[in-house]
Amino acid sequence: MDRHLLSGNEAIARGAYEAGVKVCSAYPGTPSTEIFEELPQYKDALYCEWAPNEKVATEVAYGASIAGVRSLCAMKHVGVNVAADPIYTAAYNGVGGGFVIVSADDPSMHSSQNEQDNRYYAKSAKLPMLEPSDSQECLDFMKEAYRISEQFDMPVLFRTTTRVAHSKSLVTLGQREERPVPPYARNTRKYIASPANAMLNHPKLEKNMEELERFACASPLNRVEMNGTKIGVVTASIAYQYAKDAFPADTSFLKLGITNPLPMELIRDFASKVEKLYVIEELEDFMEAQIRAAGIPCVGKELTGRLYELNPQLIRQRVFGEAAPVTDVGVSAVSRPPALCPGCPHRGFFYTMSRHKDFVVAGDIGCYTLGGSAPLSALDSCVCMGGGFTVAMGMAKAFEMAGVTDKKVFGVMGDSTFFHSGMTGAAEIVYNKGKVIPVVLDNSITGMTGHQENPGSGFTLQGDMAESLKIEEILRAYGYENVIIVDPQDLAAMERAVQDALASSVPAAIITRRPCLLIKRIKHDIGKCAVDPDKCIGCKRCLSVGCPAVIVEGKKARIDRDQCVGCTVCAQVCPMGAISREEK
Amino acid sequence: MTKNKSALLVGVGGQGAILTAKVLVGGLMRAGYDVKMSEVHGMSQRGGSVSTQVHWGEKVNSPVIGKGAADIIVAFEKMEAVRYADYLKPDGVVVINDYEMASSSIAAGLCEYPAGCLEAMEKHFCCHVLEAGRIAHELGSAKCMNIVLFGSMVKALHMEDVVDWESVIAETVPEKFRALNLRAYRAGYDAVRA
Repeated sequence: MDRHLLSGNEAIARGAYEAGVKVCSAYPGTPSTEIFEELPQYKDALYCEWAPNEKVATEVAYGASIAGVRSLCAMKHVGVNVAADPIYTAAYNGVGGGFVIVSADDPSMHSSQNEQDNRYYAKSAKLPMLEPSDSQECLDFMKEAYRISEQFDMPVLFRTTTRVAHSKSLVTLGQREERPVPPYARNTRKYIASPANAMLNHPKLEKNMEELERFACASPLNRVEMNGTKIGVVTASIAYQYAKDAFPADTSFLKLGITNPLPMELIRDFASKVEKLYVIEELEDFMEAQIRAAGIPCVGKELTGRLYELNPQLIRQRVFGEAAPVTDVGVSAVSRPPALCPGCPHRGFFYTMSRHKDFVVAGDIGCYTLGGSAPLSALDSCVCMGGGFTVAMGMAKAFEMAGVTDKKVFGVMGDSTFFHSGMTGAAEIVYNKGKVIPVVLDNSITGMTGHQENPGSGFTLQGDMAESLKIEEILRAYGYENVIIVDPQDLAAMERAVQDALASSVPAAIITRRPCLLIKRIKHDIGKCAVDPDKCIGCKRCLSVGCPAVIVEGKKARIDRDQCVGCTVCAQVCPMGAISREEK
Repeated sequence: MTKNKSALLVGVGGQGAILTAKVLVGGLMRAGYDVKMSEVHGMSQRGGSVSTQVHWGEKVNSPVIGKGAADIIVAFEKMEAVRYADYLKPDGVVVINDYEMASSSIAAGLCEYPAGCLEAMEKHFCCHVLEAGRIAHELGSAKCMNIVLFGSMVKALHMEDVVDWESVIAETVPEKFRALNLRAYRAGYDAVRA
């Protein structure tokens, strides 16, 4: 049998393709990004795009569903917060073509700002939820998700976690099934979410959920593995794999693939066949609380805890008290935190911010969140996508109201984040007269998630050229009469730009513009810097730019030639002129 | 088939552990094993500490392990061996690249690179230490360091009979680097005393 080693994300993309999906829209976010990076290979059969944000992506996919085709949107867990508005109402209205929303959660926050448990979205929005536990299930469950969506007239929430999305396991592929698209007919009763229609849709939704629970009790996605009657485990998602390794061989499992609604009669029946029932799940007691509320005694969170990822050894330790044989070698590794890359265009901007103790800088989500790390330490906050401008606005208004006059407030975000949800914040500042300088760090790409296109980058996900939106034109149209565009790698110009913006009598904004050095289609000016040891006095000023390539050994600075790209930011801060870029 | 095995490939983002994992997994699949592999993308890639886990056997459940459960750690950088040492079984095996890479906090002079990483590992585990970077450089390119380490891993875990690893490498790497990587595999293999 031909089996392929696929990540969960690759398998989800394949599953969508095989299910005959025709329209796909997403905004990148770890750990969901690779689903859409896989889709362009199927572009002869489906349309796929990066949308400006998750709400847009959800609306595009839902629109396609209304028009009668199967559609997909995908996002990281916090992206569902952005998309929640259309999701809740789509649940009321129902679907045309099957509609699947992938939520990729990130327990242990490998690359996230929180570890919210998005299973509660399924409960609260009343969506059927499928949770695969390996890559084969990612593929198979996608196809089932579309069948359920169409059979029950509901959007389906397809939830993964980092270890499902990014782990690779063996998958047998199937064939794409093309689906006939019914002729479009307007259905205002169904799709116009007016109060009168919503009044009718809500009871229909409740009835659907009841029917779905009966369906879930009989679905092969919820499967009993009877191995003994002593211990039974109800589990789902990646926790199933952990529990299989952690519990003794004579443990029976009720492995759930459909976790909303929970198949309570199936659980009750399973519970009656075992002496002790455990519920093993990561993060919150989503299943356990419902099972207890149904009057079924079980044990779970009191042992496993609700913080961070689990693994087989942790479960064994917490459930059975069997500590793993851990060796302490007596030497501790020092931390190796991520840092802005050598040559990162953000470095010059954050260095400039770091030189002014009176600057207050509200940051945002992206590579530039690293501007808050030592030694740059140039951020006051980072909350959510697009929050940089508006959190800054709130702080500035608070300073005004409290009579604080010695603070200069900046709101900072990248180009992709600006298009995601920063534009409304830019409007807010200029219209409501905020004493804030909005700064867009334009590196021409969506950096942190691994270089996805955005409306400013000039290309689409499918690889076509597109007319890029000009950030300066958008800001000017909003009323920023003084838009200063600066190369952040030129520290003198960067400082001038900041002072000009602060002194401006008309609304001012700054765009720092230099492409990410990792963009392959751009020819970058790469070189090497070197330290003249005779001129270096060991003052360590060069370390203040926080570049991984700059090292001080003994009393002298040194540049790691393997890492250096010759951006010269360190050279510009050296008071002795000891660092220079080598001539080619 | 023997009991399930778990390997941790650890290093610093950009050192090439992914290709090593790809070769390992390719060979294991060809040999008919069930395989699962776990890696983390995103923020952790930016010069941070990275780890890839590979698990194989007749039937593999979890794609990740916790502490005290790995059969082998292949460390592309020696401080990373220490960082993940608590993931090893007490009778676990370690292949360590004798190579030091300062973290940003060390480069900034905020703390020092820990002394005695190799000695500490050797005291507690069966260790194979080699200068994979130097070996790779002598073979013609520092970039084949990952396959040097892979060769050492095969020897250290006695995996030579699992599959014809040289043909797996030949199929996995681009053609123009084939000869180089085969030399790297053999050099890494020979660098470990059985």
